Amino acid sequence: MDVAIVGVGLHPFGRFAGVTGIEMGAIAIRKALADANVEWRDIQFAFGGSYEIDNPDAVVALMGLTGIPFNNVYNGCATAASVLTLAANTIRLGEHELGIAVGMDKHLPGAFSADPRLYACPSWYGELGHFVTTKFFGMKINKYMHDHGISSATLARVAAKAYRNGARNPNAFRRKPLSEAEILGSRMLNHPLTQYMFCAPDEGAAAVVLCRADRAHRYTDKPIYLRASAVRTRRLGAFEVHSPWLPIEETAGPTVDVSRAAFETAGIGPEDVDVIQLQDTDAGAEVIHLAENGFCKDGEQESLVARGELEIGGRLPVNTDGGLLANGEPIGASGLRQVHEIVLQLRGQAGERQVPGDPKVGYTQLYGAPGVAGVSILSV
Amino acid sequence: MARVPVAQGVFTWPAEDPRLIGSRCGACGIVTFPAQDSCPRCASTGMAQHLLPRRGQLWAWTTQEFPPPSPPYSGPTGDAFVPYGVGYVQLGEDVKVETRLTATDGLRIGMEMELVLVPFRTDGEGNEVVSFAFRPAA
Repeated sequence: MDVAIVGVGLHPFGRFAGVTGIEMGAIAIRKALADANVEWRDIQFAFGGSYEIDNPDAVVALMGLTGIPFNNVYNGCATAASVLTLAANTIRLGEHELGIAVGMDKHLPGAFSADPRLYACPSWYGELGHFVTTKFFGMKINKYMHDHGISSATLARVAAKAYRNGARNPNAFRRKPLSEAEILGSRMLNHPLTQYMFCAPDEGAAAVVLCRADRAHRYTDKPIYLRASAVRTRRLGAFEVHSPWLPIEETAGPTVDVSRAAFETAGIGPEDVDVIQLQDTDAGAEVIHLAENGFCKDGEQESLVARGELEIGGRLPVNTDGGLLANGEPIGASGLRQVHEIVLQLRGQAGERQVPGDPKVGYTQLYGAPGVAGVSILSV
Repeated sequence: MARVPVAQGVFTWPAEDPRLIGSRCGACGIVTFPAQDSCPRCASTGMAQHLLPRRGQLWAWTTQEFPPPSPPYSGPTGDAFVPYGVGYVQLGEDVKVETRLTATDGLRIGMEMELVLVPFRTDGEGNEVVSFAFRPAA
């Protein structure tokens, strides 16, 4: 059974005093329902994703108490990939025909934190200050730059692109373009990553209406097909966040594994993809993920970025809505924001930031602690 | 003022010549740090204590230039915070350990590093809490 996306909705990402996460979720759902030309009472099942909100299903109090099965998921920064995958599989299994995936979050400012023991790490690891994700990203890109000849100028160009794209996106958190000099000159947080090379936790919600592909034309004349959606966790030897130690043996990370699996399921390759969404927790992550997802070889990013190939008009347009850098990361919603953007791009509805040339295949990737990644592949 | 380790079982204490305390799997031989009861490669529960080499090479590094979120971080914050290096040091063919580095400048991947015990913070009873770090080796 194939699966189609027939509606998408987004509550803007940013800071919204006085609006709860659940309320943002309801707004995203209403927009997605309107986009699919369906009513809440038509929805047969739902999956909800959030980090801060224990029970996203409480949104039914605002939408309607219809008694549907509504399951909640938290899976780190790949939460939205899990929500999307579970919703799609529910349709693939023939259990239901029309459902919704929703993600919502409302984080406090500042770097994410938690009790290290909840991640199978010892207490002293957190006491010493090691339980902070940003320094992992600093180490990973610093080593990658050493191994593959990537410059700090490239990191600044990637971040500047994100803010430039964000300026064209009315739903984005950061809509002010920043120059490469401003980005390089901002406060150093974790060498070589400066403040403006990092995304920030924030608030927002996104929702996606899915249905059996053979019913999609009941709802829309532009269905977008979900060709693959998958999640993987780290294997021994991957270089991962919150690792007090690593073995001598080295292996690829979960992004590489999930990307290969998704391409195999979809039956297409990276060369077929026209528009890309990558987890840019920091500018370095976008650079690394471009290679980990098979879109270039290690080190090629230096010239790809310099030539503008990752720009909206380039050969490999990446994070056309500004990505995490311009949108921030409300964890539960972030991956569905990526899907929202790909759907708009494939429908030709992305307005000022529309990728030229009638894009037909889109790709999204999430990555986060403690070593989990998700990928989806969509096509017209 | 007494000196106390940040936690028991992380490094030998007290010791003239401190070593990090890891574990080795009796079935497949993998080394972990800190010691753990089961093997992350083969799931064996036959893990035995294994003291790690004191010297190794820097495998990856960055700097921590803002105080980490507290809790869980319990070290100096505000004006008392001093930026520090963080990295992984590969200890022979045993394991790579994540560690503070005593330097923030002059760090190079592949450079020789050695284990040192350093003051981390002063606890509520006035004790000097000691932790481990690696410094560039002579």
